[in-house]
Amino acid sequence: MKLELRGITKRFGDFTANDKIDLLVEPGSVHALLGENGAGKSTLMNVLFGLYDADEGEVLLNDEPVAFAGPGDAMAAGIGMVHQHFMLVHPFTVAENVMLGHEDVRGPAKLLDIDAARAKVREISERFNFNVDPDAVIEDLPVGAQQRVEIIKALSRDAQVLILDEPTAVLTPQETDELLGIVRQLRDAGTAVVLITHKLREVKAVADTITVIRRGKVVGTAEPTASQEELASLMVGRAVTMRVDKTDATPGETMLEVDGLTVIDEAGVVQLAGVSFDVKAGEILAIAGVQGNGQTELTEALLGVVKPEAGIARLDGEVITGRPIKDVLHAGIGFVPEDRTEDGIVATMTIANNLILDLHDRPPYAKGIALQPGVIADEARKHVEQFDVRATSIDQTAGSLSGGNQQKVVLARELSRQLKLLIASNPTRGLDVGSIEFVHKRIVAERDAGAAVIIVSAELDEVVALADRIAVMYHGKIVGIVSPDTDRDTLGLMMAGALEEEAA
Amino acid sequence: MTTTVAEPIAAAPAVPVLARKLRAPITLGAVGLLSLLFLGFGTSSGEETTFAVARSTDFFQISTWTVPSQPTAILLSVVALALSGVAFWLAWNRRTIPWYLYVGFGFAVITALLTWAGAGKEGTSMQITGLLIGSVFLATPLVFGSLAGTLCERSGIINIAIEGQLLAGAFLAAVVTGYVSNASGSRELGAYAGLIAAPLAGALVGAALSLFAVRYWVDQIVVGVVLNVLVIGVTNFLFGTLLRENTELNQAIGLPRLPIPLLHQIPIIGPVLFNSNALVYLMYVIVIVLHIMLFKSRWGLRVRAVGEHPRAADTVGIKVNRTRVRNTILGGAIAGLGGAFFTVANGLAFGKEMTGGKGFIALAAMILGRWSPKGALAAALLFGFADSLREQFGIVGTAIPSQFLAMLPYLATIFAVAGLVGHARPPAAEGKPYKK
Repeated sequence: MKLELRGITKRFGDFTANDKIDLLVEPGSVHALLGENGAGKSTLMNVLFGLYDADEGEVLLNDEPVAFAGPGDAMAAGIGMVHQHFMLVHPFTVAENVMLGHEDVRGPAKLLDIDAARAKVREISERFNFNVDPDAVIEDLPVGAQQRVEIIKALSRDAQVLILDEPTAVLTPQETDELLGIVRQLRDAGTAVVLITHKLREVKAVADTITVIRRGKVVGTAEPTASQEELASLMVGRAVTMRVDKTDATPGETMLEVDGLTVIDEAGVVQLAGVSFDVKAGEILAIAGVQGNGQTELTEALLGVVKPEAGIARLDGEVITGRPIKDVLHAGIGFVPEDRTEDGIVATMTIANNLILDLHDRPPYAKGIALQPGVIADEARKHVEQFDVRATSIDQTAGSLSGGNQQKVVLARELSRQLKLLIASNPTRGLDVGSIEFVHKRIVAERDAGAAVIIVSAELDEVVALADRIAVMYHGKIVGIVSPDTDRDTLGLMMAGALEEEAA
Repeated sequence: MTTTVAEPIAAAPAVPVLARKLRAPITLGAVGLLSLLFLGFGTSSGEETTFAVARSTDFFQISTWTVPSQPTAILLSVVALALSGVAFWLAWNRRTIPWYLYVGFGFAVITALLTWAGAGKEGTSMQITGLLIGSVFLATPLVFGSLAGTLCERSGIINIAIEGQLLAGAFLAAVVTGYVSNASGSRELGAYAGLIAAPLAGALVGAALSLFAVRYWVDQIVVGVVLNVLVIGVTNFLFGTLLRENTELNQAIGLPRLPIPLLHQIPIIGPVLFNSNALVYLMYVIVIVLHIMLFKSRWGLRVRAVGEHPRAADTVGIKVNRTRVRNTILGGAIAGLGGAFFTVANGLAFGKEMTGGKGFIALAAMILGRWSPKGALAAALLFGFADSLREQFGIVGTAIPSQFLAMLPYLATIFAVAGLVGHARPPAAEGKPYKK
């Protein structure tokens, strides 16, 4: 089935998320929609899928204009979508998720025909070698398998057009390769595939046509033969270097020692299973791994947000585990949380106040019980300039800033103390390329100033670019610590749980 | 880039290890120990306890049963302690404790309690059948209330207004009963008319809840609490004005008993299950129908999806907010029907705030029943039993002060919800308005 979008425009208030976008997707081909986070790719697909109403423009299927009032209509017309955040009901089985919304019933009481759903899952699973058990409960499945369930869901509704929204964000490199294989299989079977991504490697591996979107507009099309640098500069709008400029590390004394740190969550599941490592002053230890393998728990246990069940961590010889967070922060730890908007800033407070969240109770920002607004404002102006925060004023609320500028506020605050250790969780997630470069530069500068740095990242490219050493986590354990020269396939295997000899 | 399939070189543990959950067995052990100390050794030796089950309508009479109090209570407590030992062993080895172990434990401790209470009471016997009849009867409003909660929460709406829905149902049932029996001259017809009217009042409260929760995204707990207070205010006002001036609208009229032929004459089971009024029979039907519908029908699958992951439901074409509104109104109607218990099913006139917090206990029953109709029934029966035990003890007369006895159902509620269930998982999206 041929899919065409003509002049799609979608506005949210004053903000134009999609500006007269045209797109043509041919059956039996893979069309990559390339753009940075926030470029408007997902908005466009949500318009196509009937989740949003377009302000202008039309959607054509096989040259017939169509109008979708909701996702149900889009699916009935043969459009399937695999969302970035999976649309699966966790306590349900695979078969229940696949049948949801178009259930077969049987008998006089019209009860669910679960057998029909099971058979359908088995049939599609066998056709594409998905290896999915129809009776498995979603929450027990690994992410890669959950994604295949999403694809089965779309195919069970006879989708002719399949939209994949950032499908590889949560996958290991090997799972990514498997997915790209599935995409090729679907294309060869005649499905039109729309691949939404910001990862150049995948686009080059699988796309037949490439459309690049920037700030809500189509800025060009490219051939898959184009180089990564060409695609990147088209996506960002200027020439970009693909690597981080940094000199070799000159590690000093051991700054952080972690010994047998263990975290058990509320449900009684061991999330961090006796992790031990150390980080030296002046080096960056990057923690790689698929999301949800204990990285969050590790960083939060170091800061003291979660209480470790066992184990100890020492900063510069002093025990930090079991101490109040305030003490830990003032012992010289900077913390950039992974969820910027939830944990990094107070969205309704001003930039100036966000910048002193950690220091508001001491001079020069406070005198006795009173804040010193003059000092706070002066310091805020200084930080805003130093960190290039693009804001109209320091009294603007932090929540009204773009993601990149919010992150700069967080960094400015955390780096304003004298740090012995900087912990940054996914510091560039969702940022534009310009902000990413800035954040990386500041992190490297902090290392060069003699701090120990821990970076947690789900993006292998970022890990390899920043790290002096890489620790790979899997199921709450560090499976190995390797050098950044280690090839991607090996790292991928480690991320999938394969053990590796520990190397320096 | 090659497309080789990832094959882990060495197997890492597939699932993270679970920590041991020892809270439940330790709680059981503590209760067992208390039972041994206070019920076992607290009974003076040489006394006897008499249990009676027979009713005059039975086919054949089962004679009363007399046991020596102290040895029996000690034996039962030891059995309870042994069961908690087994539970501890299972938990230590990370095995799940089967539900029948809890049932056996409860049976042992409660029988010990009854033995202790009835010790040395010459001429009075522990009326087991009466105790069970009371359990079912007192559980009725709780069952309706927790079914209402289950229906709403499964679709993602928190219904704290059950109390208000019960009260509204009780009020309307009384008024319609009074009016119709006055107009038609038939008290029976009036009572049934009241039963039919009760759900309307509950549905109205449910509709208000859904309006504020779904349309205006107001915090559902706050709306629920406000609705409870509103219903109390409105019924108190009408009670003091309308009902005072028109006493014929608020009379003590009850639903007739409908004994099922033959079945009601079976000892124990007969009087407990087959000699009730229409509301209680209706309760069983609704529990069974809702249980099947919720877990086996298209409607149920969609409702549960909406309560767990509304966006996922939306992306497959299910109308999230419509489902929620319908469920909240239906839930309200069921709670309203349960409200009829307080007036027409009991044969009582309406009184101020006569639901007395039952709506909140129903919420606890919903949690203990893990958001399923079957579970709600079981949990409500448990609370009904505690309530009935209180009444029974009041009749027999025990050393425990009556104020303390009055706390029994609530204590049972707290223990059941906090101690034994552990962490039950509510529908993931409950309380969160669905915004596109």
